[in-house]
Formats: sequence, structure tokens, C-alpha cells
Amino acid sequence: MLFFTRWKAAGILLTALIVCLFAVPNFFPESTVRTWPSWAQRHIVLGLDLQGGSHLLLEVDANAVRKERLQGIADEVLRVLRQARVPFTGRAVHGNSVEVRITRDSDIETALSKLRELSQPLSGILGTSGQRSINITESGGLITLTPSDAAVTERIRQAVDQSIQIIERRVNELGLVEPTIQREGLDRILVQVPGLQDPSRLKEILGKTAKLDFRMVDQSTSPEQALASHVPPDSEILDGEKGQKYLIEKRVLVSGADLIDAQPGFDQRNGEPIVSFRFNSIGARKFAEATQQNVGKPFAIVLDNKVISAPVIREPILGGSGEISGSFTVEQANDLAILLRAGALPAPLTIVEERTVGPGLGQDSINAGEHAAYVGAALVVFFMLVTYGLFGLFANIAVGINVAMIFGVLSMLNATLTLPGIAGIVLTVGIAVDSNVLIYERIREEVRAGRSAINAIDAGFSRALATILDSNITTFIAAAVLFYIGTGPVRGFAVTLGIGILTSLFTAFTLTRLIVAYWVRVWRPRTVPI
Amino acid sequence: MRLLRIVPDDTRFDFMRFRRISFPISAMLSIVAILLYFLHGLNFGIDFVGGTLIEVETKAGAANLAEMRSTIGSLHLGDFQLQQFGAANDVLIRISEQPGGDAAQQEAVQKVRGALGNDVEYRRVEVVGPSVSTELLAYGTIGLVLAIAAILVYLWFRFEWQFALGAMIANVHDLVLTVGFMSLTRVDFDLTSIAALLTILGYSLNDTVVIYDRIREMLRRYKRLSMPDLLNASINATLSRSIVTHLTVSLSLLALLLFGGQAIRSFTATMMFGVVLVGTYTSVFIASPILIYLGVGRTRLGEAEEPEKPPEAPAASTKPLAPAQRARAPR
Repeated sequence: MLFFTRWKAAGILLTALIVCLFAVPNFFPESTVRTWPSWAQRHIVLGLDLQGGSHLLLEVDANAVRKERLQGIADEVLRVLRQARVPFTGRAVHGNSVEVRITRDSDIETALSKLRELSQPLSGILGTSGQRSINITESGGLITLTPSDAAVTERIRQAVDQSIQIIERRVNELGLVEPTIQREGLDRILVQVPGLQDPSRLKEILGKTAKLDFRMVDQSTSPEQALASHVPPDSEILDGEKGQKYLIEKRVLVSGADLIDAQPGFDQRNGEPIVSFRFNSIGARKFAEATQQNVGKPFAIVLDNKVISAPVIREPILGGSGEISGSFTVEQANDLAILLRAGALPAPLTIVEERTVGPGLGQDSINAGEHAAYVGAALVVFFMLVTYGLFGLFANIAVGINVAMIFGVLSMLNATLTLPGIAGIVLTVGIAVDSNVLIYERIREEVRAGRSAINAIDAGFSRALATILDSNITTFIAAAVLFYIGTGPVRGFAVTLGIGILTSLFTAFTLTRLIVAYWVRVWRPRTVPI
Repeated sequence: MRLLRIVPDDTRFDFMRFRRISFPISAMLSIVAILLYFLHGLNFGIDFVGGTLIEVETKAGAANLAEMRSTIGSLHLGDFQLQQFGAANDVLIRISEQPGGDAAQQEAVQKVRGALGNDVEYRRVEVVGPSVSTELLAYGTIGLVLAIAAILVYLWFRFEWQFALGAMIANVHDLVLTVGFMSLTRVDFDLTSIAALLTILGYSLNDTVVIYDRIREMLRRYKRLSMPDLLNASINATLSRSIVTHLTVSLSLLALLLFGGQAIRSFTATMMFGVVLVGTYTSVFIASPILIYLGVGRTRLGEAEEPEKPPEAPAASTKPLAPAQRARAPR
């Protein structure tokens, strides 16, 4: 137990040294570290609870995605059956499926074979999974099309991916520093912005779908009459910004997807904030056609199912650009331009969790954490010296190196340090000390059992290490589970606790032993001063 | 230099005698803890029940809680609590979950921000919507159960099943008592509390395993010792380590409790109770004596460890029995 080959000893010391060196970048200001080679730049990131900032968890509205998918299937059914010249009635969305009744029994086979073309095989992890995107059943002329769960899940996954891209654009447009945007589970997105104190505007920007359509105003009847009697099937009633009602055609002339630019500006006549926009070539052509055909009639600019304005087309707009005025404030015009440039979200997002920490609290927490760590360390160091003397000093050296190694590993992983994480480190000191205590108590026992000094030390180490391994693995299991289920701060705690257990195992098995072995070789003790 | 000996060498304390007291006491305390949980409940934080937590610092001197209470009361946001948090100008505002899903929580925060205006600095705003809070509670519970199961399997693999079972009973007992403590002191029960419970579990297992390790070693070495004597010897042998380790852990925790700030105070207080008070008591007075009742016998372990050798107890009695057997054989 006390014999190390020269190479082994060098290997142990080198490992410890290298791991410790990884912690070095944390002690230099960020600007200095940037000039270093990239492998040396890895450092610990302070969690939002320590540096302040905003953490927002957004959820994609899965129901909206499902509804849109059903509407899409209904539209395709219409197209396919019309193409096949199959008469049908009662095409409608019922719960989780689309139903359609084929009028003539002789057409059922044709309809089914045409509709089956809509259903694509889904690819699984290994080639095709055998599942199809739509399950189609028929009974007595009634055909039911149900999107499979796997297909809906895939849609939600795609919606989240698209949303992440759009959120990135929106957040970048706001000029926020170093935001992190990542997927969480199936339908959630985590947005973290360090240093952001008041996330109100960010939330406003993220909460908007920003679906922009240009549509015609239905003038066949007034909105009031339509509400009183019946709304024409191809139109719908939409609210205006000030609560007024509009009757708007469902058909979309041009959608926001065809925009290539949007900028805030001011109306040259009255100085009011406006947003000017430019279409791509397809959008420009569609817009030109629509305005040519409808001179003198009002059209509506609809944002997220609200009518922003409904101006009358005075002359055809051929240049592919235009402006939206709608009694905005300057900030509203700014935000709208950002939203239009970034594009529409595929589905609405809801904020399901928010955690914002101001910079004051963050700094207080860092101070408190440091303070506690120093006091804790001082108490433990003193206690170990009093209890084990020279061996206590060895233990303190090992524990010190252990803490440095924790910081080194955290830096290597670019891990996030949170306040519970600091608590984890402080507790790890306790664990690391325990390893030494186990060894030393065992040595004391062996001495009492009448062994010679070197024999007792050797036996103490070899017997205690088995126990140390057993007891640390159980704590490590707890840390691993904590990491797996935990979020945010709790995970930070699990990370430092887990890493701390590993480094303290390393120090107990190698460093402490090495130090003691060296001491034995140099001093050749007759008694153990313990 | 004379070194500190907290525990004198070679203690021969009869811990096993206490099992007739410690078992009923623990059973009673556990029942009290469970009753507390069901009758008094836990002070669930927003992580698990949803709602809003805002920590503000008033800019002009100490906070006027009464004024703030009436300002927020006028917003009609349902149940809310104000609480001084550390310094005199630091106030914690807790607003219960608003009806109307996730979006409604956000509206509530906006209202509070509007009402308090610029007189305060927002140190912390936490909003947890209903969909997340249900999940967090489920994950937390699953995590605890999973951790206990994983550790149980590990112990089963390393020791005999009786040890695994004993450790589990002992540590579930720890968790039950700690939950009772949390119910009694009304500390916030949130994600951090789950972290605390898991750490307590880890630590107290750590302690139990150290003693079990020694018991296993003694079982192999002293095959004639009676079970209570053997357990006593094992606990006495590890007593000094138990106490020194718990002192160092308490020193670490004490530093965290005193200087670690308000944010982790409930965490450290819980840890202090669970690790230092309950954990130590359990490994000595519950986890070890329970092995007697679970029937840890030397013969079983001997067979498992050394299958080729004849078991100890029969070996001692084969000789006197042999003639009788021979005599019986012709019949």
C-alpha cells in the first residue's frame, strides 16, 4: 500500500497538477483570458442566481399544433377529393380526426385509395417504423382520418425547432448579451439571459406569434349584421386594436412569410411611428395583383388575428413595399419591426416558468458563499490539525488540492456554478475529510492492535479504502439521481457534489497515500504520531 | 503535541441494550412525523404548487410592510404573504397561483411590478406555472424513490439482502423524521428541499455503510461472537470516526448556516437536522440493531463468502454428533 513506483508517483502528481491548472483561467479577468489559446479558455460560468439574469421556460402550444395539423388534413382532403371528382358531404374536424362522408357508395374505393396517398410512412430510428402519419378508417361511406400520435409528436418537435430559430433572431434583435436558448424535453424551450433585470419586454416579444396576413375586408354585409344573423362561411369576425369589429375574408392575399425586411420609421405627413416593409419577389407579385384588382376597396393588415389597420387601396402597389400605420408608440413600432423581421412562430408560446435574479442578490450570494466557504474551511482545517497533528496537516493538504481539482474539473466542463453548487463544494470538503478520518482512525486501531508503525499505516490504508469506496458510491448514486431529475440550481448542486466525490476518491486513493508514503520513506518512523 | 481524542480508545459501550428504547422511540417519532405531514402539512413552495415569489428591496430605508400589504391587496390577486427576509428593507412577497393557467401568472407579476413601481429594487422574481409545478413535484418524488431503489440494489449487490433492507428501513426513517421536522418548522418545501433530502439520504447511508462494512468484516473474523456483542464491537470500533466525521460536517454546515446567506438557510437547517441529528442516531441505534431482527447470521454469511469450507456452527458440533448418527444408521 505504501509502495509507489517512480512513474506511478509522477503520474499521480501530474494528473493532480494538470487538473488543478485548469482552474487557473478563473482567476484572471475575462479580457485577459480571451487572448489565451482556446484550450486554455475554459472556465466556470456563474449561474444566473449568482450573476443575475432571467430564466424563462416557454412551452409550445401543442394543442394549436394539433389543431393546425387537423385543419391541414381537412384542406388536403378537400383538394384530393375535388381532383378525383368524388362528391362528398360533411367534411369536418371532429375531436382528434377529420371526417368526410362519400355520397356514392361506388366512389368509396377510389376515395380511399386517393386519401391513402396523404398518409406517409414515418421513419423510425432504424429505417421505417411501420407507423404511418395518418390512420384512415372507413365504415358505411364515412371516412375518418386520424393523425397518428407519432406524427403529431414529430410536428411538435419541428415546431419547437423552428421556434428556437425565431426566438434566437428575436432575442438577438433586442441586443441582449450572450443569451442561451435550448430545447427542454419535447415541447419546451429554455431561454436564459444573463444580466437581464426586467424581462418584461423580452416576455412581450417572445409571447407574440407575429403571424401577419394581408386579407380583404368582406363588404357584403356589415360586421354588426353578420354577428346578428350569420357570418359568411368564407369570412370571420376579427377585433381591431381599439375593440372595433371587422368582417374579414379568410383567404390570405399575402402572408408575413413573404416579407424580407421591416423597419421602424415615421410617417412623413404626420410624424407618427410606422413600420415600413418590403416583400420578396413572390410576395411583391401577389401584392401587386391583389391591389390592382381591388382598387377602392379596403384591405386589412392582420397580426395574430387582430386587425392592426384596414386602409382603402387608393392605387395598385407595384413596388413590393409598403408601410403599416396603426397609432403605434415608437417602441411598439420598433418591436413590430423586430417581430416581422424574425418571422412568425409556428405555434403560440406560453411562459410556464420564470426566474429572474437581480445583480444585487447575485453579488450578495457570491459574497455569502465565499464567506461561508472560508469560515467552513478554516474550522475544518483547525479541527483536523488539533485531532490528527501532522497527519491532519497531510489531510488538509489533500483536501486543499481536492478543492482546487473540483474547480479544475468544473472549468474543464465549462460547468455552471450556482449557489447550491457552492453548498455542494462546502459539503464535499466534509466528504473529503471523512476519507482521511476513516483512514486515520483505522491506523489508530491497528496501532492499538499492536502493529508496528509502518504495518499499521499500511493496514489502515488498505482496510479503510474499501470502506471509502463503498460509502462514496452510495452518495454518488444520490448525486447522480439528483443530476438526472434536477433542474437549474439543484442540478448545480448535484454536479459539484458528484465531481467532489470523484476528486475526493482520487485524493484519498492516491495523494494522501503518496504523501504518507513519502513521509514514511524519509522519516522511517517507529511510532505513528496520530 | 498531545492530540485531541474526542472518543477515548477502546470504548465498550453497550449500544445494543438501547434497542428496546430506541426502536419504540423511533417508531413513535415516525408516527408523529407522518401525522404532522398529514395534519399539519408541508409549507410547499411555488416550485410544487405554482405561484409567484418576488423579493424586493425598498430603496428608501426600512420597508413599510403594512403599506405594501394594502398596495398588493388592492390588486385582488387572491392569497398572498409578505415577509421580512433578512435585512429590514428586504421583503419577500408570495402570491398564490392565479386561476387561468400559465398566462395568468405572468399577468399577476406585471400587476405587482406596476403597483410597486420604482420605489423598490427587484432582487428576485420567480414564477412557476401550474403545468411546471405538477411536473416538478412528480419528478422530485420519482427522484427520491429512484435514488432509494438504486442505492438498495447497490447494497444488495455488495452485502447480504438483510443489510440492504436494514439500510433502507433506517434511511426511510431518516427521511420521514426530516419531513416531520420540515412540517413542524414550516420551512419552504421546494426543489432545494428535495436536494436536501437526497443529500441526507446519501450521507446517512454513507454512515450506515461504514458501520455495515465493519460488521461484515467482524462477521468473517469472529465467528463465535454473539450477534449483539458483534454489533456492539463494530459500532464501538467505528465510533471515533463517526463522531469526528460528523463534527467536521457540522462545522461545514454551521459555516453555511451562519454565513451562507438567506437563500440557502432552509436547505442548511434541514441538512443540519437530517445529517447531524438523525443520521448519526440512526446508523448506531436503528440500522445496526435491526440486523439482529432481520436475521443476519454468521452461518449464512459464511456460506456465501466461503462456499467450499464447511460452515462454522455444524463443524463445531459434528464430532459429538457423529457416533449418534452412526448408531442410528442401522435402524
